[in-house]
Amino acid sequence: MTQLEKPELVCPAGTPASLRTAVDAGADAVYCGFKGPTNARNFSGLNFTKAELTESVKYAHERDAMVLAAINSFPTAGRTDLWKKSVDDAVELGLDAVIIADIGMAQYVAREHPEQRLHLSVQAGASSPEAINYYVEQFGVKRVVLPRILTVAEIKRVHDAIDCEIEAFVFGNIGMMAEGRCSLTNYVTGVSTNMDGVCSPASHVEYEPDEEENLTTRLGEFAIDCISCGETAGYPTICKGRYDTAIKKNYYAFEEPISLNLTRLLPDLIKAGVTALKIEGRQRSRAYIRSVVSSFREAIDAYAIGEEPDISQLIALTEGGKETEGAFKSKTWR
Amino acid sequence: MSAQITLGPVQYNWAADDWRDFYFKVADEAPVETVFVGEVICSKRAPLYDKHIPDIYERLTDAGKTVVFSTLSEVTTDIDRRQVKKIATSEGFLIEANDVSALYQMGKEPHYIGPLMNCYNEEALEVYAKGGAISICLNPEIPKSGIEALVKAAAPFNVDLEVQVYGRMSLALSARCYHARAHNRTKDSCLFVCDEDPDGMRLDTLEGDKFLTVNGIQTQSHSVLNLVECLDEMQNIGIKTFRISPQSKGTFTAINAFRDVLDNKLSPSEALKLMRDDGINAPFSNGFYHQLPGYEWHDAVVR
Repeated sequence: MTQLEKPELVCPAGTPASLRTAVDAGADAVYCGFKGPTNARNFSGLNFTKAELTESVKYAHERDAMVLAAINSFPTAGRTDLWKKSVDDAVELGLDAVIIADIGMAQYVAREHPEQRLHLSVQAGASSPEAINYYVEQFGVKRVVLPRILTVAEIKRVHDAIDCEIEAFVFGNIGMMAEGRCSLTNYVTGVSTNMDGVCSPASHVEYEPDEEENLTTRLGEFAIDCISCGETAGYPTICKGRYDTAIKKNYYAFEEPISLNLTRLLPDLIKAGVTALKIEGRQRSRAYIRSVVSSFREAIDAYAIGEEPDISQLIALTEGGKETEGAFKSKTWR
Repeated sequence: MSAQITLGPVQYNWAADDWRDFYFKVADEAPVETVFVGEVICSKRAPLYDKHIPDIYERLTDAGKTVVFSTLSEVTTDIDRRQVKKIATSEGFLIEANDVSALYQMGKEPHYIGPLMNCYNEEALEVYAKGGAISICLNPEIPKSGIEALVKAAAPFNVDLEVQVYGRMSLALSARCYHARAHNRTKDSCLFVCDEDPDGMRLDTLEGDKFLTVNGIQTQSHSVLNLVECLDEMQNIGIKTFRISPQSKGTFTAINAFRDVLDNKLSPSEALKLMRDDGINAPFSNGFYHQLPGYEWHDAVVR
């Protein structure tokens, strides 16, 4: 096997402890968000105060790791000050990049902080060279996080047609819907993924066992799935539930509760021109972060010296043991 | 400008001749000022309609309607990209962008921003306005308070804001076709099965609750948005343009009912009754506007 360029390994951190864990396990960069609705993982117990982020940036920079601030939800009119304050704080704390989804916030960064490195969040849903080039030309975006809907061949074509770096998801939750354009959670709960940064909020999730130990999972008033005993229950999100239609019963209408794992495609992704490999999961435990990050570190380092890595540990970590290469491998996923 | 009603693009895969006849009827009968035409969901469907577009355009413009061509909402493949380019760069026509790639193609030519794009705040509105937008249709999940703040932000730019007031709501887009998936096919080998469902395919929960609607790569609400009881309030806020999204049944009744309510010829409750009696089999909802779960119905205060 030939040696490959070493891509940047970008890892999630929901808490300061996770950030230190990711850095220690070999992350080149860690992404995280401020507490509150300014980022797309607004869960209680997650995210950073300004003081925590100050300490965390220091910890990472002392170990040559970068820290990226995800400010990637969509402020509603009248609420933009909180998002602007987060951007200002990120710049003040010396974050290595801010990751933005809202077109208005991208303008704010470009106008108020022209020196700040700007990444375009997956939540911006820029899935074509033209969309990406728009953001590059208008706001000086340096890197785009690609939606998880392109094949490797398409990523290569995007790479050849744009003027910025590509970051691609390689592991973790597989988002089924075009990011930044999904209001399914809001339809059911009154809490908006785009505006409040929450998909399937825990406060609206219920697990309801029956006498035969089947488990109905519910979001708001609606049953998302019914899991018979022996099956593993994934966290209930609308796009991973089972439903009925007139022609097909009790099936995963959108996608199974399954994890994305592109370990086998890493060499192809790197050859396609991907600069950074992203791991999903700011809501995950430190043990998970340690295990996934160190496994990917080993895999990337192995490919870099022309060796085949051992990926069995990564497969064991995927949701319910099921994994997929999603859209990346072939168009038949669509 | 007095209040006007617009007709959003047909989002479903209707038989091409039915599609043409629908627009002929709009030209002949419907009290709408602006009509959005074009395939916004699936680039594979678009060629089915191409042959009728010149006739539709002529009939609608002859009837005094403003015709705006809508671009695709989810742009990934080379076919998608070519289609957006072809429409967005056609000279002499009005265009509604439903994806940022269309903005790239259009440059600063005056254009419309569709409801499948994100315009949640003043800063975003400024970007679109300075980029040439003359009208922006808001995402239906934006509540009344957000609409009100955006109206204030739009005024200095002379940008018109449009709000969807009737029809199923777009809740999500994907690269995967869920119609094809239900039929054990893939998007590339779909054989256009979405043509079996002129208002989309109903998705029920395992407990039998009617929940969502599958329309190719799009997921819509099962409920039909209806903001007829909020028209007065929206006009007071400063909204003057109200969008009806077509369904296979009841669209003309809805257009006339909304027009009559705007003209004070009909009360909102009378209008609701007419629309309930002639529409697709689904409940009305208005939750998003009231900052409630979108599927809910919030009764108006009795006046």
